[in-house]
Amino acid sequence: MSDTHAQTVAYVRDTMLPEQAPPTTAAGPVRWMRDNLFSSVLNTVLTLLSVYFLWVVLSLVLPWVWYGSWTASSLKECREVVADLGLAHGAACWSVIAERYLQLIYGFYPAELYWRANVTFVLMLVALAPVLYPNLPRKMLWFSVLYPFLAFWLLWGGTLWTPIVAVAGFVLAYVAFEVLYRVAGSLVGVIAAILVPVIWWLLLAAPVANGLASVIPLAIEPVESAKFGGFMLSIIIGVTGIALSLPIGILLALGRQSDLMIVKAICVGFIEFIRGVPLITLLFVASTLLNYFLPPGTTFDIILRVIIMVTLFASAYMAEVVRGGLAALPTGQYEAADALGLDYWKATRLITMPQALKISIPGIVSTFIGLFKDTTLVSIIGLLDPIGLTANIRADANWNGIVWELYGFIALMFFIFCFGMSRYSMYLERKLKTGH
Amino acid sequence: MSATTDPPKDGFQLSQLIYDTRYRSMTIQIVALVLFLLGVGWLLNNAAQNLAALGKPLSFGFLGEAAGYDINQKLIEYNNQMSHGRAALVGVLNTLLVAVLGCILATVLGVFIGVLRLSNNWVVSRLMTVYIESFRNVPVLLWIVLTMAIFIESFPAPRAFRGDNATASMSFWDSVALTNRGLYIPKPEMYSGSMAVVVVFLLSIVGIFVFGSWSRKRQEATGQILPNFWIKLAIFFVPALLVYFLMGRPIGLELPALKGFNFQGGIYMRNSLIALTLALGLYTAAFVAENVRAGIMAVSKGQSEAASALGLSPGRTMNLIILPQALRVIIPPLISQYLNLTKNSSLAIAVGYMDVTGTLGGITLNQTGKEMESLLILMAIYLTISLIISSVMNWYNESVKLRER
Repeated sequence: MSDTHAQTVAYVRDTMLPEQAPPTTAAGPVRWMRDNLFSSVLNTVLTLLSVYFLWVVLSLVLPWVWYGSWTASSLKECREVVADLGLAHGAACWSVIAERYLQLIYGFYPAELYWRANVTFVLMLVALAPVLYPNLPRKMLWFSVLYPFLAFWLLWGGTLWTPIVAVAGFVLAYVAFEVLYRVAGSLVGVIAAILVPVIWWLLLAAPVANGLASVIPLAIEPVESAKFGGFMLSIIIGVTGIALSLPIGILLALGRQSDLMIVKAICVGFIEFIRGVPLITLLFVASTLLNYFLPPGTTFDIILRVIIMVTLFASAYMAEVVRGGLAALPTGQYEAADALGLDYWKATRLITMPQALKISIPGIVSTFIGLFKDTTLVSIIGLLDPIGLTANIRADANWNGIVWELYGFIALMFFIFCFGMSRYSMYLERKLKTGH
Repeated sequence: MSATTDPPKDGFQLSQLIYDTRYRSMTIQIVALVLFLLGVGWLLNNAAQNLAALGKPLSFGFLGEAAGYDINQKLIEYNNQMSHGRAALVGVLNTLLVAVLGCILATVLGVFIGVLRLSNNWVVSRLMTVYIESFRNVPVLLWIVLTMAIFIESFPAPRAFRGDNATASMSFWDSVALTNRGLYIPKPEMYSGSMAVVVVFLLSIVGIFVFGSWSRKRQEATGQILPNFWIKLAIFFVPALLVYFLMGRPIGLELPALKGFNFQGGIYMRNSLIALTLALGLYTAAFVAENVRAGIMAVSKGQSEAASALGLSPGRTMNLIILPQALRVIIPPLISQYLNLTKNSSLAIAVGYMDVTGTLGGITLNQTGKEMESLLILMAIYLTISLIISSVMNWYNESVKLRER
């Protein structure tokens, strides 16, 4: 084309002009503001209103936060220090946090034993690592399995033989299963694997542990439950509750999905009952009623009772989350497992459950976040979680009447935990996504 | 699976109960049932033994005895000579009151915030994200005690309104007093002739529905659309106002006024009620907002494009195309949020609002020592409320389900 025109047309542009920058109103921040802030009259009004709102709130809160006193030793002294600043709305007395942050974290746990709580926390991260990051060596999972017993011993103290004897029950169950499975078949093996540890725990464990402890003590200083508190208590209840509720929830979900009518009815009844009542009533049961349902004379620890009820509560919600995952799997997966000749448990373990759990990760994490937030309810039955501790701190004559700083600090801590977890679940969801 | 099993060659053997798929499920179920019943029996037996040892036989007689405590927030007649059962009923009504108020607040706010979060206005949508994340990631109990603290700490005491140099003043033309004891709002007062206004008002509401169905029939028959909204608005206001002025303004307002140490007259809303409603409403609104956002985003863009290709106005697109489809996604989680709010209202005990947990599960339980009975009734009440709400949800789901042919 250019050949023919070359002779006839006097001038043909043969080089492109350099590109010019777009007009300032159609690019850069101006364009962005036009599109996002002032695209219509309504939008402009909304933008101006929001900016005004932000200005009012921030001009109130930021000076209050920033000029707060960190050094005063009582609320009265702090008020005087702050009054000298001459701010319109006063300033915060962060000194209460500076003075009591250890209590808000550890409760009344003995100060010289804080290291035990810290070690437990660090070991918890180690135990969680192989669960959260599949790249790590699989052998670390053994540590995760043993961790709960170790954590119990570290936190509550006492003799090491108690957790060892408890673990021994599981070992015995495994040995009994392996031996009898070869000799007498799977059914006898399963029955033995259930009966042997129960007999061990109920009848033999306590004397054996006491006997061993009297020979080799292996004991560290015991800490009673009444001294537990603060965020440590929230984390203990939350993490234990979620770790125990996951397996129970999976079993309940399988029961609810099963064809066995009676099993299904029991599971549905349990799930709907727990989901229909508020957690606080279950905590009342833990604090006043649970001991009635145990053999006369048994009493056990309030934290343990709370953990039991919280676990039951969380497992009902977990069951619904897992059921959602199971229901979301295409029928083809179940049929393919059947076609391969896998029996029910193998199909569940190898085909359906891994996929269902992957689908339900967001639900599991949000159940966990919900449970972690709900641990604050234990303050109502008198345990000293962070909210329970605020009343305690206010009972001190020095800090009588302090409100915002404590609640603000606790809210911030919860926000960091929960927001972090929800972001992590989003990341996990993206990473595990195998679809297109 | 059972179809492939060969019929047994000879008579029934005991091992078939385990190895024959036709009988196995039956065996497993019976074993499960027996184990379950044994477990429940063990628990009940323990409970019976323990209660007998404590000399507390299971009886619900305490519900008829005089309660002996006062309840400051009540919707029905109650005094401390009335029975524990009556106190529990007052508590149930208080629970329902805060649940209904909270649900209304959560819905209105949640829809508003959910829509604004989808706005293309950057500042607004960020602001809404901050709201949602901060409410969702902090325990509701903390919000409740914090809201209560705001009421107690930041609002003036009634005496601040008194005298010539009062430091606080009433808002809305001296009709509303916001104090640290609660909110005082005007109360409508009925004089003679007010019934006529009420009746006319109710009739005009009926009239709106009658007009609506007439207008729809007319549109289907002729294709003409009337300005429905404005006509309905007129029916709502005009007749009632007309009668109101004709009858010589028979409905007045009783304003709260400072008398002695406190406000008298008007409607007194206790600050525990307001704080609880606000906290539950604001907290649940964050969850509702996420549901609303998800529901609107679930309607594919092709739907609104198709609607505008058909020539529907934006308002009609919203009303006729997008909302009906979005609501199908929004309503089920919305109702489960209502359920959560109702259950969370049991935290009223933290601010001293006397809901059913505070009366039956709190004072009655502590006074009578009937833990077992009180908690059983308390759980049964919550379970009933939950089951009613979830059956409403199932009914709704059934009615909006896509009819597949």
